[in-house]
Amino acid sequence: MATIRIPPVLRPSVGGEREVEADGETVGDVLANLVEAHPGTREQLFGEDGDLNHFVNVYLNDEDVRVLDGLSTAVTAADALVILPAMAGGALLALRS
Amino acid sequence: MSQSGSELLRQVKEQIKEVDPSEVVQLLGEGVVVIDTRETEELTAGTLPGAVHIPRSFLEMRIEGVVPDRSQRVILYCASGARSAFGAHTLMAEMGYDEVQSMAGGFVLWKDRGYEVEVPRSFSAEQRERYSRHLLVPEVGAEGQQKLLDARVLLLGAGGLGSPTALYLAAAGVGTLGIVDDDVVDLSNLQRQVIHTTDRIGTPKVDSAAATIKALNPDVNVVGYPARLDASNIIDIIEGWDIIVDGVDNFPTRYLLNDASVRLGIPVVSAAILGFEGQLSVFAPGRGPCYRCLFRQPPPADMAPSCGANGVIGVLPGTMGLLQATEVIKLIVGAGDPLIGRLLMYDALAASFTELKVRQDPECPICSRDPEDIGDDELGVFPDYEAFCAASG
Repeated sequence: MATIRIPPVLRPSVGGEREVEADGETVGDVLANLVEAHPGTREQLFGEDGDLNHFVNVYLNDEDVRVLDGLSTAVTAADALVILPAMAGGALLALRS
Repeated sequence: MSQSGSELLRQVKEQIKEVDPSEVVQLLGEGVVVIDTRETEELTAGTLPGAVHIPRSFLEMRIEGVVPDRSQRVILYCASGARSAFGAHTLMAEMGYDEVQSMAGGFVLWKDRGYEVEVPRSFSAEQRERYSRHLLVPEVGAEGQQKLLDARVLLLGAGGLGSPTALYLAAAGVGTLGIVDDDVVDLSNLQRQVIHTTDRIGTPKVDSAAATIKALNPDVNVVGYPARLDASNIIDIIEGWDIIVDGVDNFPTRYLLNDASVRLGIPVVSAAILGFEGQLSVFAPGRGPCYRCLFRQPPPADMAPSCGANGVIGVLPGTMGLLQATEVIKLIVGAGDPLIGRLLMYDALAASFTELKVRQDPECPICSRDPEDIGDDELGVFPDYEAFCAASG
């Protein structure tokens, strides 16, 4: 079971948790199991082509999986995945509009 | 047995090595640390080029901050070579430094011989007092404070992030602060935008921020831009600034800023906040990745966290804004390791920081190219991308 750190924007899709665990031998497997357990995360993570969206990065521990083997990167139970979506100022625009 | 000061000096000089100014002039810039041990008020006539200032009275307490390696060759000087002789003796006999020498004849002889001197720009008595805690920090000191006073920092937004950043940069004596904001102060801003006040509700934020900054530190020159950044004005506004502090609230402007700052070679200290979580990184053209290397595309409107009605805990932009201000000051004075090629995530609820690596994308559509080739019509543009977040409303 690898640990996955869930960003604020995805927390409503995983019952409000900051971290969840999911099985899988690769980054792709772990994320697929995350999506299966929490279908609300799919749209943020994956495009229609099945690749990771370009506005979301996934890190294995502190390294971007794009410079590793992407979704094929091997994962062990000791690893932590971090999902990092692009964020802007947050509340400020909302308060203006 | 007591002895006179002159006898003691003679004995000390027998135990150390003195070095003639003619030799020191050959050693400047050759990896030897030269330390001026005179008092601050003696420096007005100038110093040796590149010398570090540690008054004799602070030498033992500050030397390790400046010269941590005890095998490093060090040359001390004072006005005539007496105080520096005592200092050299102390550092070698009592603090274990291997090779500390005293310049014979001191600054007076150096100047008589006509060697080059650096005349420091002097601080007023008020500045010396105002910035005294900076002057005591080795990483800042007089040189760093002068850099701060000479620096020009542009803040995008006088809102949640910009408020604390502007306050602390103004307090630190950053000489020129630019503020871009087209908004007016609203009651709902005051939960976090601490540069504004209740009696300024309805006032343009650039004016409100300028008033607070001027009241805090009259040294600071404020340049206000009551405008919203867009492709037509961005180059005119950001050109000529040393550092940009990005707290913008929407993705189109964030990408526009990235592309324009890469073209002009201006580092951007960037932060974003949402709820209880913040992100921080420094994008320095030529020294590390840019924002497009980090996120190739912005999220579509319906998924963009900035586009919905999201809240933020009021202290969070304070925390993130002050981390931005810290990075700005580090960049200006050249201290420490700036957050280039790294992204810091702060989770306030968990009280935890997580650091991630940000890699330069060799195929980045912007920063992998010659900056001069980035055209006006390419700034903030996504060829394959439509449905931008509010198309930037």
